[in-house]
Amino acid sequence: MSLEKPSRDTALDVGVTEDGLDYDALADLLGGHVLDREEHVNAEGFVIRPDEVQEVLSTLKEEAGFDHCACVTAQEYDDRYESIYHLRKFDDPTQELSIVVPSPKDDPHNESAARVYDTADWHEREAYDLVGIDYDDHPDLRRILLPETWQGHPLSQDYNQDQPQIVSLREHANPLEDDKRSEDDPDTMFVNIGPHHPATHGVLHVETVLDGEQIADLEPDIGYLHRCEEQMCQQGTYRHQIMPYPDRWDYISAGILNEWAYARAAEDLADIDVPEYAQVIRTMSAEMCRIASHELALATFALDVFGDFTAVFQYGIRDREIVQNLLEDLTGQRLMFNYLRLGGVAWDLPEPREEYFEKIRDFLDDLPHKLEEVHDLVTGNEIFQMRCVDTGVLSKEQVKQYGATGPVARGSGVDYDLRRDDPYGYYDELDWNVVTEEGGDNFSRVLVRLREVEESARIIEQCVDLLEQWPEDDREIQANVPRTLRPDPDKEIYRSVEGAKGELGIYIRSDGTDKPARFKIRSPCFSNLQTLPEMSQGEYIPDMIASLGSLDIVLGEVDR
Amino acid sequence: MSSDQTPPAVEDVSTQEARMGDGADDRFNSTLREAFGSTPFILTKFDKFMNWVRGSSMFMLQFGIACCSIEMIHTYAIKHDLDRFGSGVPRASPRQADVIIVPGTIVSKFAPRMKRVYDQMPEPKFVVSMGSCTISGGPFQEGYNVIKGAEEIIPVDIHVPGCPPRPEALIYGVAKLQERIAEGESSPVTVKPYELEQFGDLEQDELVDKLASEIDEEDLVMRYNWNDSP
Ligand code: SF4
Repeated sequence: MSLEKPSRDTALDVGVTEDGLDYDALADLLGGHVLDREEHVNAEGFVIRPDEVQEVLSTLKEEAGFDHCACVTAQEYDDRYESIYHLRKFDDPTQELSIVVPSPKDDPHNESAARVYDTADWHEREAYDLVGIDYDDHPDLRRILLPETWQGHPLSQDYNQDQPQIVSLREHANPLEDDKRSEDDPDTMFVNIGPHHPATHGVLHVETVLDGEQIADLEPDIGYLHRCEEQMCQQGTYRHQIMPYPDRWDYISAGILNEWAYARAAEDLADIDVPEYAQVIRTMSAEMCRIASHELALATFALDVFGDFTAVFQYGIRDREIVQNLLEDLTGQRLMFNYLRLGGVAWDLPEPREEYFEKIRDFLDDLPHKLEEVHDLVTGNEIFQMRCVDTGVLSKEQVKQYGATGPVARGSGVDYDLRRDDPYGYYDELDWNVVTEEGGDNFSRVLVRLREVEESARIIEQCVDLLEQWPEDDREIQANVPRTLRPDPDKEIYRSVEGAKGELGIYIRSDGTDKPARFKIRSPCFSNLQTLPEMSQGEYIPDMIASLGSLDIVLGEVDR
Repeated sequence: MSSDQTPPAVEDVSTQEARMGDGADDRFNSTLREAFGSTPFILTKFDKFMNWVRGSSMFMLQFGIACCSIEMIHTYAIKHDLDRFGSGVPRASPRQADVIIVPGTIVSKFAPRMKRVYDQMPEPKFVVSMGSCTISGGPFQEGYNVIKGAEEIIPVDIHVPGCPPRPEALIYGVAKLQERIAEGESSPVTVKPYELEQFGDLEQDELVDKLASEIDEEDLVMRYNWNDSP
């Protein structure tokens, strides 16, 4: 497995220099495949022929070490369709490269990347569903978010939103019906889990086929909460109308983390500098969100594994309520904060400041004791361990193939955290650690989250120290940003932050107006959920439920 | 019975007497009981009594859709504790539930399933719609895939506005529902443009013709005429 630890041999280091990537060397590597080169804000884009996708991508993966296909963006221009593969490296995500694949307007199709990166499977299905590009040699090109009987591709230019649609409600067929497994036990059984089911964490539908008690085939069916987030963002103005939507992607109190993803992308697109004071506040509040989000992840996971709505669940909620109070004091809302602004934050810390700091410190002081309690109740519990240790194992290799990020990747020993590897905000000035576990099982993922809560607490504490001493005449909360923001036309950017569930990225293309021409969301849960079939092959249903819980998906972000 | 009372000798008293102790057990003597005095009877209409009972003990369906369900969970859990108001226990199966709280955005793929879940609940059943999404589609009102409110699918008794409503608001909504039930008010009749029907029963048009090869005559479908949406 040459990709697991890119040894620093020259082959995988093509174009790597002290100060960033040398794109000329990469272009040399690809030779005649590169038709043209584009300048994107985050990286260079190489334009290639639509029928050479597999060749180019596998060269880049095998020989240049681009092992992470973060996102696939599809869009329609006036004269062509275009798919962009955003590549980066797990080892150093600042090394980025976009592969731009144009395809003709009348019959848009290009070669699929799914044979190179497993994760491209779902990303391309989404591109087909929403924009309408056909991917040749794709293993299973079907609609993914919209119902299968949908007419038209909503993000393409000539889509008529008012046309009627018909959606069916029918029984799902057993995909292994005809597959007589063995002579004496020819039956497989189809089990529908969801979309209304207490263990699926929202409206996820898992189509499961059992052979005896073991899972023989499993497919997550998503799209039951596809609320057109990308369309909404493309209709909103940069300055004010987009910011409320990120709160509703990962709605488990991770609002500020999501807002930051948009803020970071748009600020880099429009060259806005954020005052340091605002960065500290952002960092502090974002980590509060992370704690709240991990608390709920733990609570619902315990709910799945223990199956009760009582003790452990309520402990999680109890701690969340405290964080939510802190965030409410800061932002005025319990869940949908809408607190960040391009160029800073909406307002300063609540007065009296000392009281607010004291509240935060009280919370931080109590936290170790509470975590101990949780460890007693959950991770130290024998039943819990039996359910979680060595179930739902995900290897490093699989993590990278599927582009899984966040606690899921770190639970499998993939040391990837954008807060450290692609620093933003105030993180690189603070003292904290990236948590990893080697196990790759359900237990490791839970441990990672619990230990990340401790690290987040450390970050918050340092931020509070900083804020307390911040000179009063230097508390600038927002940079000077014009009332209407019109980034230069045809600028493209892909930027990501470390959300609660992993790499939350946003691609924006500007067209000179005050609204983005294309707004694409790379959601960590979408990629993470793709690993579920791998994790649960051959396992029992209860283990699959545990795996699903430990992935900690939120459907608002999966479906967008 | 407090433990410092010396138990009477066993031979002397019957079991019943022993249970009674000194006089009537006062465990049941609530203030209410005292108020009734020597005639502990209430005269009421059967319907009225049933309505009061219905409103005072409601089983909620454990049903989450989107962001609002996070606040709904908080409403059930400690601190807000909806259970205090006689409507706590979430049931996982619609067949055991009296009330469905619809917490979130309903999209085209989910609406038929939600209708099915609603149909599975036994009568009498009540609906609380939570959040602006269930009133009009909320922030996603203009989305190509979003149903413009829960009332397009199922009848709604109480709307709780907000995005998301605070737990206090949801509790208020549930309390209002209980009040209405106790007073025997029936749910309003609403327009429900989207029904589950068999594909074969749909009026023939271009779209139906086009889909005829994909959908069986007997398959249940929901047809969205977005133009008629509010
Ligand atoms: S009303 Fe707001 S909070 Fe509730 S589901 Fe809709 S968008 Fe989410």
